[in-house]
Amino acid sequence: MKVSITVNGVQHEKDVEPRTLLAYFLREHCGLTGTHVGCDTSSCGCCVVVMDGDTAVKSCTMFAAQADGHAITTVEGLAQGGALHPLQQAFWDQHGLQCGYCTPGMLMTSYALLKHKPNPTDAEVREELAGNLCRCTGYNNIVKAVRQAAETLQAAPAQK
Amino acid sequence: MIPAAFDYIRAGSADDAFAQLQRLGADARVLAGGQSLIPAMRFRLARPAVLVDINGLKDLDYIRIDSGTLSMGAIARDSAVERAPWIQERKWSLLHDVSRVVADPVVRQMGTVVGSLCHNDPSGDWTAVALAARAELVVRGAAGERTVGIDDFLVDSFTTAVQEGEMALAVRFSVPDDRTAGSYQKVERKVGDYATAAVAVQVSLNADGTVREAGIALSAAGPCAVRVAEAEALLKGQAPTADLIKAAADAASRKSEPQADLRGSIEYKKNLAGVLVSRGLRQALARLGVQS
Repeated sequence: MKVSITVNGVQHEKDVEPRTLLAYFLREHCGLTGTHVGCDTSSCGCCVVVMDGDTAVKSCTMFAAQADGHAITTVEGLAQGGALHPLQQAFWDQHGLQCGYCTPGMLMTSYALLKHKPNPTDAEVREELAGNLCRCTGYNNIVKAVRQAAETLQAAPAQK
Repeated sequence: MIPAAFDYIRAGSADDAFAQLQRLGADARVLAGGQSLIPAMRFRLARPAVLVDINGLKDLDYIRIDSGTLSMGAIARDSAVERAPWIQERKWSLLHDVSRVVADPVVRQMGTVVGSLCHNDPSGDWTAVALAARAELVVRGAAGERTVGIDDFLVDSFTTAVQEGEMALAVRFSVPDDRTAGSYQKVERKVGDYATAAVAVQVSLNADGTVREAGIALSAAGPCAVRVAEAEALLKGQAPTADLIKAAADAASRKSEPQADLRGSIEYKKNLAGVLVSRGLRQALARLGVQS
């Protein structure tokens, strides 16, 4: 079947099997391997992408067909003109990652979170990231990073 | 893991979805949020020949309260319930509690209430809540639409009153009166895991402080969520004392028929069901300003 999905602002028209999961559409059909597949059971959150600007979804638990006609933002869509997005910069500054496998999902869930709650508390960050697992950091630096990014974005709301 | 191949139909309207289901019968499954169905398909536990996708049907994407009834359409998302302004009102505290512990926050963006009820997982959250709140479902069949009370809707594990070729259109809850509160108590190993045990409680009081009506249901306590009618009857018409709460909790433990797994033994889970009924009743009563 034909699907047309706008990924990071670029329209991708592809012929896919209906059973193609969005995560594999992004990785194998669009060549965007920043979206990871971790658990295969919608538990880990490595595959989170943002749909239509502000909704975090697990791309391993959604068919590409369901995203037909929608806009998807992946981790590759965060940096603009070579400059890291404030969330990426904050994860760098706060050492919010070690192995990095969960990081794309952490970033995209956080991106959607800050759209809905521009100034979250630590507790709110922890609650909203409950569907994203990290086996390295112990989460403290991830929470600090999201808080830093929230401050940066509030100070300069022109940045996305 | 990749699902088995299937044909995909995007329904253009609720009428179209229903016509497709009527035509395809047992070969077709409705794709709503997909947060249970797609993992099941990935494990090849489910191999539908055709999926009828209803996600684009805006007329099934509603949550509204009118004439004393809360209605949620077939693709009303868990996240929409969680964010609804009325969910903060005390009388909706059972729905408030559950809306924050279904799966995880990202899964709740796609997951739907009606889909969860139709999936009827033995460890589901909404099934127990629907029992305690005495919800009903609107099902469309060949003879037209009918409403099915939740007790009749939940038939067995992963089996509901929705027959081949039919579809559930909505779930309805009566708006509780102002002397109503509830509580959802869930023990899970980690966010998003199946419940080790879970309990839904809703209590309505009379003006004199006695119980007008109690709804008590267990999840992860048998083939599907189950009402503890004995505990409900014990409380009805009585002042909710500590002794009565203990008797209700004991009835829940007896009613619980869990399976042993890595989450706990049968003995542990039966005991836990009682403990959670006790906690749930105390929290619901505390929300009503009653110390127990």
